[in-house]
Amino acid sequence: MTTSPSPDPRLIATGNNVRSYAQSWGRRVRHGQLGVLPVVLGLIVIAVVFQTANPNFLTPLNLTNLTLQVAATGTISVGIFLVLLLGEVDLSVGSISGVCAAVLGVLVVNQGFGTAAAILTAVAVGIAIGLFQSLFIARLGVPAFVVTLAGLIAWQGLQLYILGGQGTINLPTGGITELTSTFLSPAVWWSLVAAIIVINLAVQLNERRQRRNAGLPARSLVQIALRQTLLISILAAAGIVLSQDRGVPLALVIFTGFVVIVGIVMTRTRYGQSVYAVGGNSEAARRAGMKVQLIRTSVFVIAGMFAAIGGILAASRLFAVSQSSGSGDVLLNAIAAVVIGGTSLFGGRGTAYSALLGTLVIGSISNGMDLLGLNSSIKLMITGGVLLAAVTLDTLARRGRQA
Amino acid sequence: MVAATLEAVGISKRYEAVRALDDAHFAAYPGSVVALVGDNGAGKSTLVKAISGAAPAGEGVILFEGQPVSMRQPADATSLGIATVFQDLALCDNLDVVANLYLGRARTRGIGRLIGWRDETAMEIHANELLTSLAVSIPSVRTPVGSLSGGQRQSVAIARALLASPKLVILDEPTAALGVSQTRQVLDLVTRLKDNGLAVVLISHNLGDVFSVADRIEVLRLGKNNGSFITKETTPADVVAAITGATDDKIAQYLASAERKHNAPAGGPERNPQ
Repeated sequence: MTTSPSPDPRLIATGNNVRSYAQSWGRRVRHGQLGVLPVVLGLIVIAVVFQTANPNFLTPLNLTNLTLQVAATGTISVGIFLVLLLGEVDLSVGSISGVCAAVLGVLVVNQGFGTAAAILTAVAVGIAIGLFQSLFIARLGVPAFVVTLAGLIAWQGLQLYILGGQGTINLPTGGITELTSTFLSPAVWWSLVAAIIVINLAVQLNERRQRRNAGLPARSLVQIALRQTLLISILAAAGIVLSQDRGVPLALVIFTGFVVIVGIVMTRTRYGQSVYAVGGNSEAARRAGMKVQLIRTSVFVIAGMFAAIGGILAASRLFAVSQSSGSGDVLLNAIAAVVIGGTSLFGGRGTAYSALLGTLVIGSISNGMDLLGLNSSIKLMITGGVLLAAVTLDTLARRGRQA
Repeated sequence: MVAATLEAVGISKRYEAVRALDDAHFAAYPGSVVALVGDNGAGKSTLVKAISGAAPAGEGVILFEGQPVSMRQPADATSLGIATVFQDLALCDNLDVVANLYLGRARTRGIGRLIGWRDETAMEIHANELLTSLAVSIPSVRTPVGSLSGGQRQSVAIARALLASPKLVILDEPTAALGVSQTRQVLDLVTRLKDNGLAVVLISHNLGDVFSVADRIEVLRLGKNNGSFITKETTPADVVAAITGATDDKIAQYLASAERKHNAPAGGPERNPQ
């Protein structure tokens, strides 16, 4: 240790070439910041295994079905992602999705509401339920686990009450059902892709210019080019493959759109950072003058909103709302997806993309096993094993960070 | 002598039947470090809470730059330009250095203000400037605070306090949990704060630290002032005697004899037993 305050050699920024980029990435992985690496590897393994076992797995038809299957639960898991960031859990999202679907069904079928009005009302119900629960959690300090467990039971009751004697409400074709039966034509999809690429490139280059002007380390053009190529490849692959069937499903665009928006809000805005701060150290956030109660409240409200939207998407896909809407494995899959995607259960760590990637993992396993004609007993055991592996990895990575 | 940045006179505070502070006085001057020492329960924390607004004193007058001020809550102290770094640093381990420096006051710019879009470039520039001016060595301001060493974390917490351009910085036991070299880093930082013209209040149990950076030493004992020393003109033995309230104290005698043997200058590297 030197006694004079000479500048630390580590202060010198790492070089701007592919090699130093890879080195710093490798360092992060070794220090337990695994990010989305395990889940991406997992998805590749799953694809290879199922494709080997059944060549129908990676066909355009099956992949389209897969995206339609995961859109509803995936949207719910976006809300769960935010709740887990706080280090909390929300067990009520499945039931909230069921209640909101029931509200939607009754409004459309029994009350003759228009599609937009019914959707907005159902989403408002989800927000109201989230707000109600968050009053107990954020204001009164009742543990979220218990409040939302009570919600899980109570909202399921409310759902049965709303559905009344009918039990099942069949949705008319058109309107709500179009959410999951609309497919983007290639022209629309490629225009969307072009817009995304242009905006993303503009933002990246602008940021690079600003940082270089300020004398800060900035991404090299090589790095930006690599990222753009990766993004274009993913979007193009999705477009090419899915267009061979009916086109890119609208439901997939809605789901991934939410993921991207939440991802940007969480990483770039003051609000997003405040959620990470509360999840990391709520006392520090409080002393720094953040409105911790308000932040916690907002997260449970947003989780209620996404649960409602997920419920609407599920109803749309099933063409019906029933007593079993939102029950069963919806809640557990939504939570499992986010954890498998790499968001820490301990709060403060994770990206919105964990909801997308984790949902794809769970959906692929389920879909692949169905293709193989495997019993749901096997399906449940495998899904459980993957979840356990993901949480174990998180715990070990956490230990690596502390060491 | 220059005018005091902060002067507290006749501060008393009761916790039920206990007199935590009894007519205590205290002053901090610009460009100078004053150490506040005393045994457990001597009233150091109570005095610091009174001047940082965390827990207002019952009686007494606090003058800030010569003007009487009222400290009802931490925000009062902050707005005057008093920054306090408490022992638990209140950092978010999951966030990087820039985010922690700007915790709760992230900068925005232009229309981005409407949606709270953070101006990361501006914050990163200023964070680098601030840390460089303090000669705090951190591999990158984009490192999560959780992966920094104890000394670096303490430095980040101090730097965060400086972000509000305070006139007075209060450091509560900044070296308590640190190793030798990290303690050195933090004490160097304290010296630089002083050189930058800030008034620094250092609360410490460690007389080695106190003697290496403080200009003056104020001793509290059982809620009362029990000695005020100019560091250059005193010895650890005298200070220990004032802390314990006994000149024939065994430790004081030991230190005095040890000093005679080695003729060690004040502020030497030895750690004194508390």
